[in-house]
Amino acid sequence: MFNQFDVLETIDMIEREHLDIRTITMGISLLPCIAGSAEKTAKNVYDTVCKKAENIVEVADRLAGEYGIPIVNKRVSVTPVSLICAPFPEKAVLIGRALDRAANELGIDFLGGYSALVHKGTADYEKIFLDSIPELLASTTRVCSSVNIGSSKSGINMDAVKQMGEIVKRTAELTAAQDGLGCAKLVVFANAVEDNPFMAGAFHGVGESGTVINVGVSGPGVVKHALENIPDANLNEAAEMIKRTAFKITRAGQLIAKEAAKRLNAEFGIVDLSLAPTPVMGDSVAHILEELGLECVGGHGTTAALAMLNDAVKKGGVMASSHVGGLSGAFIPVSEDIGMIHAAGKGLLNIDKLEAMTAVCSVGLDMIAIPGKTPATTISAIIADEAAIGMINNKTTAVRVIPVPGKDVGDSVEFGGLLGRAPIMPVNTTDSSRFILRGGRIPAPIHSNKN
Amino acid sequence: MRAVVTVTGKDKKGIIAKVSSFLAERGVNVEDISQTLLQEYFAMIMLVDISDIKTELSVLAKECEKLGEEIGMSIRLQHEAIFNAMHNI
Repeated sequence: MFNQFDVLETIDMIEREHLDIRTITMGISLLPCIAGSAEKTAKNVYDTVCKKAENIVEVADRLAGEYGIPIVNKRVSVTPVSLICAPFPEKAVLIGRALDRAANELGIDFLGGYSALVHKGTADYEKIFLDSIPELLASTTRVCSSVNIGSSKSGINMDAVKQMGEIVKRTAELTAAQDGLGCAKLVVFANAVEDNPFMAGAFHGVGESGTVINVGVSGPGVVKHALENIPDANLNEAAEMIKRTAFKITRAGQLIAKEAAKRLNAEFGIVDLSLAPTPVMGDSVAHILEELGLECVGGHGTTAALAMLNDAVKKGGVMASSHVGGLSGAFIPVSEDIGMIHAAGKGLLNIDKLEAMTAVCSVGLDMIAIPGKTPATTISAIIADEAAIGMINNKTTAVRVIPVPGKDVGDSVEFGGLLGRAPIMPVNTTDSSRFILRGGRIPAPIHSNKN
Repeated sequence: MRAVVTVTGKDKKGIIAKVSSFLAERGVNVEDISQTLLQEYFAMIMLVDISDIKTELSVLAKECEKLGEEIGMSIRLQHEAIFNAMHNI
């Protein structure tokens, strides 16, 4: 039985420290939707998503009421669309728009899966599909796109890396009126996971079952508050405290995930415990690192502090749920974290330090605004560097950068809402194009040969 | 099925009476009650049986929140499972 202290602690976590269920994401397989024409397939896709997820918003709202814990986002992820439109790739946008209409109809926040998995090679139909991404992102509001260009097992598809640099640029140009906002809905992955509930990188992997509920829990504020209570503790004790806090948060997620799956007639997939910041005060991953003793995130010691945080979060989460998955760790999206925004604005956090940080946390270079004039080949080179970190370290890495059209270092950009705001961060201006234009594939590392 | 009702805020007269009669009218049975007073800050925690409630649980939770606004306190009603999950292994 719980005691009075436990009850008040939970309520404090929710009311004052921003504990929430960040997302309930329903994964839906679209493979049965493939028909003889793109038009018929698009109709099947729309009908399937609307039918399977018809109650997701209502069920989430009811669960939030019953358990007294906010459920911030309701989302859907689908089978990578490049597979669904393989027979008619030039009409991929039709399917993307059908998904956007379905998302609007359901009242969900985002729908992920306008995606392709090209980590070993790009088929002809996938090349055409990739080229449709900028137009789709510019003409829809809720559909998110992700592309996997490398893995520890297969190496890095550098032809796809080259193409993705161009696609990121083109997406920014087509959404120039909104400061390149389209790029906030586009992630380039290495080692993408098939059950991630977080956007913009969620898609429903082909190894998944028909309909699955994955839940993402967050709570940077709760972790920071727990550390505030032990200001003089050594790092063993701090790690232990993070672990215990992560355990409690994940248990809440597991409860909601199981209940949501039951009520939505879907399988329970995984709980993803990721410390995902929002731009409001008290919901920052950077501030946890600063609570551990850094004057400012980005300073020396940041990578070590983040490594400890990420690991302790995973350990607490793994104990608390029967199935932990997704990305599970700490997110460091610059524009969405008030502490990161502050550090970047002062010039104390730069892209090189962020790259080092991505070697030890659960994601990659995320929500970073860079000068609009950055060449596509430089963006490709940034993607290649991140993919190399992921490939060698057997972890997921990602790039979500926004080359903001017409803006340069010294300017800043406001995306609004959860996407936040960011100062334009300088990138290295030396030329990497000869490396990128070589193309081909970086072979898989020696330690991938485990069979 | 049980839930936990927490009432917090600045102490004033008649809170327990108001909350318990409100709950009784809605088919909620109070099984256990504890309260603390820290200076002027009042915190009451009730363990209640909700097997016979007349509305949906999420609706009842909303009604409790509304009552809280009326009497100037914060009142929450939550399914007990959330506390069991977070604090018991």
